[in-house]
Amino acid sequence: MNAAVTAEAVEGQNLPGGADAAAYGHVRTAGVDTSHGPILYLDDISVSFDGFKALNKLTLTIEAGELRVIIGPNGAGKTTMMDVITGKTRPDAGTAFFGQTIDLLRMSEPQIAHAGIGRKFQKPTVFENHTVFENLELAMKTDKRVKSTLWSKLDSAAWDRIAATLELIRLSNQFDRLAGLLSHGQKQWLEIGMLLMQEPKLLLLDEPVAGMTDAETERTAELFNTLAGKHSLIVVEHDMDFVSRIARTVTVLHEGSVLAEGPMDVVQNDARVIEVYLGR
Amino acid sequence: MFDPLEDSPMRDSFKPQSRIGQLFGLRGWTGIIAALAIIAFVAPLLNLVVPAGSALHVSDYAVSLLGKIMCYAILALAMDLIWGYTGILSLGHGAFFALGGYAFGMYLMRQIGLDGVYHSELPDFMVFLDWKAYPWYWSFTDHIGYAAALVVLVPGVLAFVFGYFAFRSRIKGVYFSIITQAMTFAFMLLFFRNDTGFGGNNGFTDFKRIIGVPIHTSEMRMTLFVITGLVLVGTLILARYLVTSKFGRVLTAIRDAESRVMFSGYDPLWYKLAIWTLSAVIAGIAGALYVPQVGIINPGEMSPAMSIEIAIWVAVGGRGTLVGAILGAFLVNGAKSWFTVAFPEYWLFFLGAIFIAVTLFLPQGVIGLLKTLRNKKSASATAVEVAA
Repeated sequence: MNAAVTAEAVEGQNLPGGADAAAYGHVRTAGVDTSHGPILYLDDISVSFDGFKALNKLTLTIEAGELRVIIGPNGAGKTTMMDVITGKTRPDAGTAFFGQTIDLLRMSEPQIAHAGIGRKFQKPTVFENHTVFENLELAMKTDKRVKSTLWSKLDSAAWDRIAATLELIRLSNQFDRLAGLLSHGQKQWLEIGMLLMQEPKLLLLDEPVAGMTDAETERTAELFNTLAGKHSLIVVEHDMDFVSRIARTVTVLHEGSVLAEGPMDVVQNDARVIEVYLGR
Repeated sequence: MFDPLEDSPMRDSFKPQSRIGQLFGLRGWTGIIAALAIIAFVAPLLNLVVPAGSALHVSDYAVSLLGKIMCYAILALAMDLIWGYTGILSLGHGAFFALGGYAFGMYLMRQIGLDGVYHSELPDFMVFLDWKAYPWYWSFTDHIGYAAALVVLVPGVLAFVFGYFAFRSRIKGVYFSIITQAMTFAFMLLFFRNDTGFGGNNGFTDFKRIIGVPIHTSEMRMTLFVITGLVLVGTLILARYLVTSKFGRVLTAIRDAESRVMFSGYDPLWYKLAIWTLSAVIAGIAGALYVPQVGIINPGEMSPAMSIEIAIWVAVGGRGTLVGAILGAFLVNGAKSWFTVAFPEYWLFFLGAIFIAVTLFLPQGVIGLLKTLRNKKSASATAVEVAA
């Protein structure tokens, strides 16, 4: 059977662009083995901080190419779940696999990022003293070891990719502005752009439309809908209007475990969900 | 040539950096060439050729003072790389500086030969301790090449090992500063002990010659001055290359948003370790240049206050600007050499006052102030143009 891929092997792999490799509902990508469908398995994950159970036997499966929305009241464990997936927090118990073979619990944050998981933080986190262009350049998927950054030069393919991403996030005419001078919504977009430059297989997006104008929110919904299928997305969001615009399957977290899961309209009418979350 | 951005606005204003010619603007290169000319031609001319009576004569005292301050400026550059650009405040750089100084000092002690007070093969302090032979770690230090290697290796290896464990444990911010301060303090206590074999609290002094040439001559003083100046300019260019490269952009990104750096797939450990080790090596080289010019190295250089002072130079000049670090080293040490003659008692109060004033009123240092003034001037110039 498949032994867990060691972290070094993942880092050393040169993954050819798998973004367009969607076929028959399965995303076939080098590096991540999704031949059995799911791209992410969380099984019985528990995390506690000083006795407080942030995650309580959380079990969650994300299919390749899926767009999953996760909702839940404050303290339900949404951010902690993302911390576990990205290697920031080690769970007390449970297993977390990326594809069939990559054991996330044995990898560091940079290794997980290399394997193909990108994360957007709740508070937009960009490099404020770098220009928009440089932010994208730094995020771009490439050799990220010290040696290669000392002599790195951008080739024309890289320029093209950055230009295309700038176009996509509508920051082309702000490319040489310092990221710290952007509006809140623009920073959110820039961070999403940085994620896309990493060519992740799985994107974790924590409240991506917070602070955006209605028009920006609408465009974000469009973007996410086009990304689904090529990438797998997990979106945590409170804006129910936005959620209903993108949601296919919704998972409701409550007190560290899954309370309900299913299509938006089913979940919305679930009595327990209304009680803990929607009805308030 | 294929240009993917032909029609994009990026084409007009984006200038990729890191090519040697583009490291500095026209004014920057002019400044560097002027500095080189002063260091390599004007200063030797005014010191060695112009007679002592002339108004243009530069005294030996001035040469050794400037040489010393240039060593501090190299040290300040090392500090700016790690603090200004990477956001890691080291309060232990005095230890690396002093270790480089001690490494070269060992060679200078061996060069004294039989001319010590006791006319022994051993340095006077070892005779005094009644030692009969050099301890093992003094082996080969009579070779200048080996001593030069030690200057680089001792601070480098120490910083690498220290940094590896500190950064791997994700020790950051003030906690890191405190353990670096503890490190330099521990080294100071170690070097104060006579049994350590580095001259105890007197350290090394009374140097006689380098590669057989007497050290207390104007020519030797000027040679050291020129070498120090060249190393200073070389360090500035190297540092400028690093901070404008992608490597440098990652460092600044670590300073501003380390978690984003990690989730972008960079392992900050190796970036921090690389710049930290390089910074320590540069500090060690500065120390090695300092010792023959000042004529003494003792554990006082490892005192916590000395390391804090380095940070003050950089803060005064302006963090994260490189030129600011050099400027700060000159301003503060220039003020110090005047103050310690005029009001020796009050120097530390004055230094503290400078630091408070800079923190409160000039967070970007003197360079930041100059930039603001220049922007105001150009803004008012534009306003005048518009009005006219």
